[in-house]
Amino acid sequence: MELDISIVRKAFRTASGQTRVVLHDVAFSLRKGEICALLGPSGCGKTTLLRIISGLDSDFEGWVRLPSRHRIGMVFQEPRLLPWRSVAQNLRLVGSSSENDFAEIVVALRLSKHLDHFPGELSLGLARRVAIARAFAVKPDLLLLDEPFVSLDASLAARLREELLALVLKRAATTLIVTHDVEEAISLADRIIVLSAAPGRILADRTIEAPREALTEARAIKIKEEIQSLMANASS
Amino acid sequence: MWQLGSNFASTGTLPAPLAVMSVIGAEARSGALFINLAATLARVAASFVLAMALGTALGVAMGRNKSIDRLCDPLLIVLLNLPALVVIVLAYIWVGLNETAAIAAVVLNKLPNTAVTLREGTRALDEGLDEMARVFNLPLGTKVRHVVVPQLAPYLAAAMRSGLSLVWKIVLVVELLGRSNGVGFEIGIAFQLFDVTRLLAYALPFVGLMLAIETFVVQPVERHVSRWRPHGA
Repeated sequence: MELDISIVRKAFRTASGQTRVVLHDVAFSLRKGEICALLGPSGCGKTTLLRIISGLDSDFEGWVRLPSRHRIGMVFQEPRLLPWRSVAQNLRLVGSSSENDFAEIVVALRLSKHLDHFPGELSLGLARRVAIARAFAVKPDLLLLDEPFVSLDASLAARLREELLALVLKRAATTLIVTHDVEEAISLADRIIVLSAAPGRILADRTIEAPREALTEARAIKIKEEIQSLMANASS
Repeated sequence: MWQLGSNFASTGTLPAPLAVMSVIGAEARSGALFINLAATLARVAASFVLAMALGTALGVAMGRNKSIDRLCDPLLIVLLNLPALVVIVLAYIWVGLNETAAIAAVVLNKLPNTAVTLREGTRALDEGLDEMARVFNLPLGTKVRHVVVPQLAPYLAAAMRSGLSLVWKIVLVVELLGRSNGVGFEIGIAFQLFDVTRLLAYALPFVGLMLAIETFVVQPVERHVSRWRPHGA
């Protein structure tokens, strides 16, 4: 699915009555199946951008173009599961998945043993896995992820990234992942957009030229250094 | 203890348990006990269901919409503080001495209670889950059943608990004042004759019935809706 977005200005009114501009001239489009990482210092409007794209926030100047029929799968910063429904029910409620797809998602995210548990009985890592599974259960055309692996230990996060990538590639979902971890962005995305500190503007829009599978260690380090220096400038 | 008390008090003040039991037996044999219990129970059920449904609808509307809240709030405060007796007598005078007036009077007494509780519940709804439901485009029915109602369940349970006790107390008063059957009517007659035995013979089976409803209906329902809580509610 293609995504076309142009935000001229997005501002919030603070409690004291002042207007605070969070996004300014942010425009880009994503091709079908593209995996784009959105990087930037905290408070630069990354989450706001996701909320605008998902339709949760319509109070902005600009436009978002999505195909008329589309399904969005979203992973929020917190899992946002229904505590009173079991893991299986949480997944099935949103899903239009067939039994086969459902089983496949459950296996990929290693949730088979936890289907009958309630979210309150799960660790945070597990709950995040359920939230990711739920986003896939809707068979999304557009997948929006808001720092899905934050506060997880490194090895678990790495494994989840692999599982996520496998699912995204299989489904060919257009994916936008918000993160502040440069390595995560490089390992997942084939395109990286760097936002400046608030008000967020696009500082850089890099397509990782080499296909991800062929990305060499040296190349990855070089890209990482480039982006880190950009981000250092951004927050200074 | 009752037996002991009745030994000291005069029969007119506190009759012995056996005397009360024999009146209960006699009333049961003649069928009057069951007819009256059924009449009262039907009124309790009708007004309880109506008050819960209307009160919930009003409470949710007021919790969601600020203008409805501002519009209805003064009315709600008046209804909350208006003595039950005023509502009952006015209903009988305006509507007539009939079943509609009786039920309406009970409903009006309970409704503001439910509305206030459910308004709080609606205000406390989790916005994060609401957003989740919107992004995932859940159909309205699914959203109400799986996202909204479970969050309102503790408030509904609280409203039902206090509601049931309030409704049956007021139903008895309504019957005493303007109906010709039911437990309240029988107690009214017992009062005119100062017949404590008869009064207890009607009050006790009714209390027993309400305890049974609480134990076998309300509590199991509560346990079922809160089974997801790791340590029970």
